[in-house]
Amino acid sequence: MRTVETENIMTFEHSQAAHCENGVVSNLLRYYELELSEPMVFGIGSGLFFSHMPFLKVDGIPVTSFRPLPGIIFKRISKRLGITFIKKRFRNSPQKAMEALNANISKGIPTGMLVGVYHLSYFPAPYRFHFNAHNIVVFGRENGAYNISDPIMEDFTRLDYKELIRVRYAKGVFAPKGHMYWVEEIPGTIDLNSAIYKGIRQTCKHMLTIPLHYFGVKGIRFMAKKVRNYPRKLGPRKAALFTGQIVRAQEEIGTGGAGFRFMYAAFLQEASKITGNKELKALSYEMTAIGDMWREFAIITGRIVKNRNKADESYKHAADLLLAIADKEETFYKKLQASIS
Amino acid sequence: MKKNEVPQDDANMLQGKFREPVYSLDEDGNYTIVKSVGWDPKNTVMQQAWDNINEKVEETKEKVINGQLSPIAYYMEKNIMDIGLLSKYMGLWRWTVKKHLKPKHFSKLSDKRLTQYADIFNITPEQLTDINELK
Repeated sequence: MRTVETENIMTFEHSQAAHCENGVVSNLLRYYELELSEPMVFGIGSGLFFSHMPFLKVDGIPVTSFRPLPGIIFKRISKRLGITFIKKRFRNSPQKAMEALNANISKGIPTGMLVGVYHLSYFPAPYRFHFNAHNIVVFGRENGAYNISDPIMEDFTRLDYKELIRVRYAKGVFAPKGHMYWVEEIPGTIDLNSAIYKGIRQTCKHMLTIPLHYFGVKGIRFMAKKVRNYPRKLGPRKAALFTGQIVRAQEEIGTGGAGFRFMYAAFLQEASKITGNKELKALSYEMTAIGDMWREFAIITGRIVKNRNKADESYKHAADLLLAIADKEETFYKKLQASIS
Repeated sequence: MKKNEVPQDDANMLQGKFREPVYSLDEDGNYTIVKSVGWDPKNTVMQQAWDNINEKVEETKEKVINGQLSPIAYYMEKNIMDIGLLSKYMGLWRWTVKKHLKPKHFSKLSDKRLTQYADIFNITPEQLTDINELK
């Protein structure tokens, strides 16, 4: 005789996103009939950022990031839209973490969780690094395997019990420790305009006024200076590796192209429609142009990496381009600030 | 970037498992999503990162074969780990793991310990102890 598990599978609609955090929020909210696109989640959660932190190194290479720390978009979106989530963490008890998940599934609650990417069996091998702040939704269980909506994937996927424990208890930086979350309450009316403006205001503020040179527009200028000196200070091999890392952060899975700049432009376009603020649409095209400049930076870097021994001139071009980008972004955020005040 | 400019340079980085959404502008200037299989500059820097990792793995492999390091060192590099991360997975102090990287201490490890390491590396304890596996 064949036994079939009878846990219910929810009718969960999965939509692919560029970035996991936006994607999970967008997919979870859609389940509760609140339609918010990925760019909207990203913009309201002030997901656009820049930081270059040479004092922080991964594998000996300085960290550059085009986004805030993991979890922040999520936090801001729930605050700005008044949505409450329940969050639970099970430090040292995988069994309890899985029991809690099973209980949620039988109650029909799609549940978001943090996982490590390295052991995700369905992920392409070249992208399996020890990155632990990836978000997925689990929405059902069939024959002992879990139904997964991973926003990076085009379609649903599955993980068995052992695999799911393994990724929920990945170790290292941002270790998920069985962290899971689900929607508790969504308010009846949501003031989208105000949330959009709050999101924009914070992005401008963070890109323009953080008084440390690692962050925002200042951070881009600081990085330009570093890149200019890389070949002299580090030698061809390390210089190429360090510059390549910037482009990996800029174009890796999840940015939607050009270090989230295109996604932000898409947000401004949608925000313009919702708020009726025409300036936002014009600014959206300016952001697209800035994104194109970042892509140009990636092209120069690609050449540097391929031809690292004759690249001194290219580093100069790359640094000049970064300075030009910083100027453009500075003007842009000032205009954006003015357009909503 | 315009919709028709979204690059489709396939270097098998995504192994056909999915295509990546890229935000771009359509003919009417509206943002839309185009799925991409890759882009040359990005493939180049990804390959660079892997070349760097593979080089370290090869170097370590030589040292293991020459008896300078234990096989744990090789599998650690192969799994893109460092001593810090491996010690967290093992639930041990860093210096203990560091000790296990030496062939002298490795040969004294209990079966239980070896199994624990092997599980983390997703191999069998036999594979872990057999240096011929690396040759």
